[in-house]
Amino acid sequence: MAKATREAFGEALVRVGGDPRIVVLDGDLMKSNFTYLFRERYPDRFVECGIAESNMIGVASGLALAGKIAWASSFACFLSGRLETIRMSVGYQAANVRLAGTHAGVGIGDDGASQMALEDVAAMRALPNMTVIQPGDAVETERCVEYLVEHEGPVYLRLTRQKLDDVNPPDYRFELGKAVVLREGSDVALLGTGATVQEALKAADELAGEGVEARVINVHTLKPIDHETILAAARECGRLVTVEDHNVFGGLGSAVAEVLAANGSGAPLTVLGATDYGQSGKSEELYDAYGISAKHVAEAARALAKGS
Amino acid sequence: MEAAQQVSEVEDRRALVERLREEARRLRITDIRMLEKAGSGHPGGTLSAADMIAALYFHKLRIRPDDPMWADRDRFVLSKGHCIPIVYAALARLGFFPEEQLMTLRELGSPLQGHPDRVRLPGIEASTGSLGQGLSIAVGMAIAGRLDGADWRVYCMMGDGESQAGQLWEAAMLAGKRGLSNLVGILDQNLVQQSDLVERILDIEPVVAKWRAFGWHVREIDGHDMEQILDALDEVETVTDRPALVLSHTVKGKGVSWMELDPEWHGKAPDAEQAARAIAELEGTATGGGA
Ligand SMILES: Cc1ncc(C[n+]2csc(CCOP(=O)(O)OP(=O)(O)O)c2C)c(N)n1
Ligand SMILES: [Mg+2]
Repeated sequence: MAKATREAFGEALVRVGGDPRIVVLDGDLMKSNFTYLFRERYPDRFVECGIAESNMIGVASGLALAGKIAWASSFACFLSGRLETIRMSVGYQAANVRLAGTHAGVGIGDDGASQMALEDVAAMRALPNMTVIQPGDAVETERCVEYLVEHEGPVYLRLTRQKLDDVNPPDYRFELGKAVVLREGSDVALLGTGATVQEALKAADELAGEGVEARVINVHTLKPIDHETILAAARECGRLVTVEDHNVFGGLGSAVAEVLAANGSGAPLTVLGATDYGQSGKSEELYDAYGISAKHVAEAARALAKGS
Repeated sequence: MEAAQQVSEVEDRRALVERLREEARRLRITDIRMLEKAGSGHPGGTLSAADMIAALYFHKLRIRPDDPMWADRDRFVLSKGHCIPIVYAALARLGFFPEEQLMTLRELGSPLQGHPDRVRLPGIEASTGSLGQGLSIAVGMAIAGRLDGADWRVYCMMGDGESQAGQLWEAAMLAGKRGLSNLVGILDQNLVQQSDLVERILDIEPVVAKWRAFGWHVREIDGHDMEQILDALDEVETVTDRPALVLSHTVKGKGVSWMELDPEWHGKAPDAEQAARAIAELEGTATGGGA
């Protein structure tokens, strides 16, 4: 059933919340990021910080350094906007902090640019020890939050405001750093992450009707990125398209390009993503306007096929 | 002679107050219409700010609708950027852009973005929407005005929830230190933020003492009393050695009884039926018992 990954996150936090080490921090967005569910259940381990994200991140660090597993949540843009605080108080300290950035990308729709994180993956990826994860549906979010109870080190989890289709089976198992091939194919590889995984799947359906067999890969872990799966796709499919609800300056497309280039792969790559700060509109309209809907993924795949 | 003049001044003031009250009422109605059409937005904080916005845009601000970038204009920075529709309503009424455009709020390609965008819409002084940043920008403008020996002023409206942000206090400290008397802060103290009452999320009191401690002149008013608003905006112009804060005590959702002080109406648009009921109440045509 279609569900927003922010909602699945809030529910999963309650499920793992029995662990007394877990503390959840919020910045006046508990209804939007669904941490109010944790607050209802475990009010003593919920810290409302108000509209003061830098402080929230610092407090999360202190909690972690004193042995807690601190989950700090806000809109993705208001977390990554505090990059230097995260760098110093979380990354450099190797603090066991999990940052949950909801409302990622143009997918949030009407609120527009100021609330749209489109550079957060690039920023978080740039911190050496930061793990960066973006689940593609509800079940993946749940398994990921469960996995993160025992994970050591700082993590950035990127979540959506909008509902996402189920792209994984109900018995899905989350494995950090291991991209998931959702559909086999050897004509072209379509790599999505988070909300764009479903777009890649739809594009593959469209292409199949034209006799093009696309391999669809869900890159849920953006860092550390799965070299093996990406290089196999380059070898076996010959061409790749990445699609992300993020700008093209340092996100999934860049990460894949780094892997290809560093390993001497000459496979052509088309990177789909935003090139500006975003704007208001309906979620689906914006996916079209920013060239990251299924239609554009299929088009990019066709263009690549022609070019070779 | 002098007595007659005084009488006429009192009359003029009364007429002004009446005119601005009427403008504020119109702004509220336009705001509700826009939010209903857009299907999203923030009724609570737009309605609480309506009276102050009316006083600023229809009386106090020295601006030219046909020359939005006029160098000697006063600057208004809406630090609580989510409340921009009430400003759009004022800008359209003044002729900055056609009134028809109001109904494109939050649509793809519209200059009327969900949060203010100075690149897309002339008349907007600063792009905001990430809370806590507007006052810093206003301080920068005020310092620039000082450097240029200019006489324009900078007004910056902030939220009470927003007052939890550290950067706001960094800006306040700098403005106080530099004695920026060309800067006027307006705190729309509507008692509610997104999730709950400010007092319950993270109390900002004693807020008057905080601003005074940072070197600001503070004037407290009932932010829905037009006479008090005008008095305060006049008074701050007489302060010559420090920045001034108008602490405007307001009610979130003011004017629509069933929205007032209810966090539910922070960030949710009324549907068609609710909008009609809200407008009837604002027009004073509501039939009883409809709350
Ligand atoms: C830095 C930042 N954090 C969180 C938000 C999300 N947000 C938008 S409005 C709001 C509440 C604002 O409350 P207040 O300042 O009291 O404004 P008002 O009551 O006038 O609407 C929040 C938390 C934001 N826009 N910016
Ligand atoms: Mg408020």
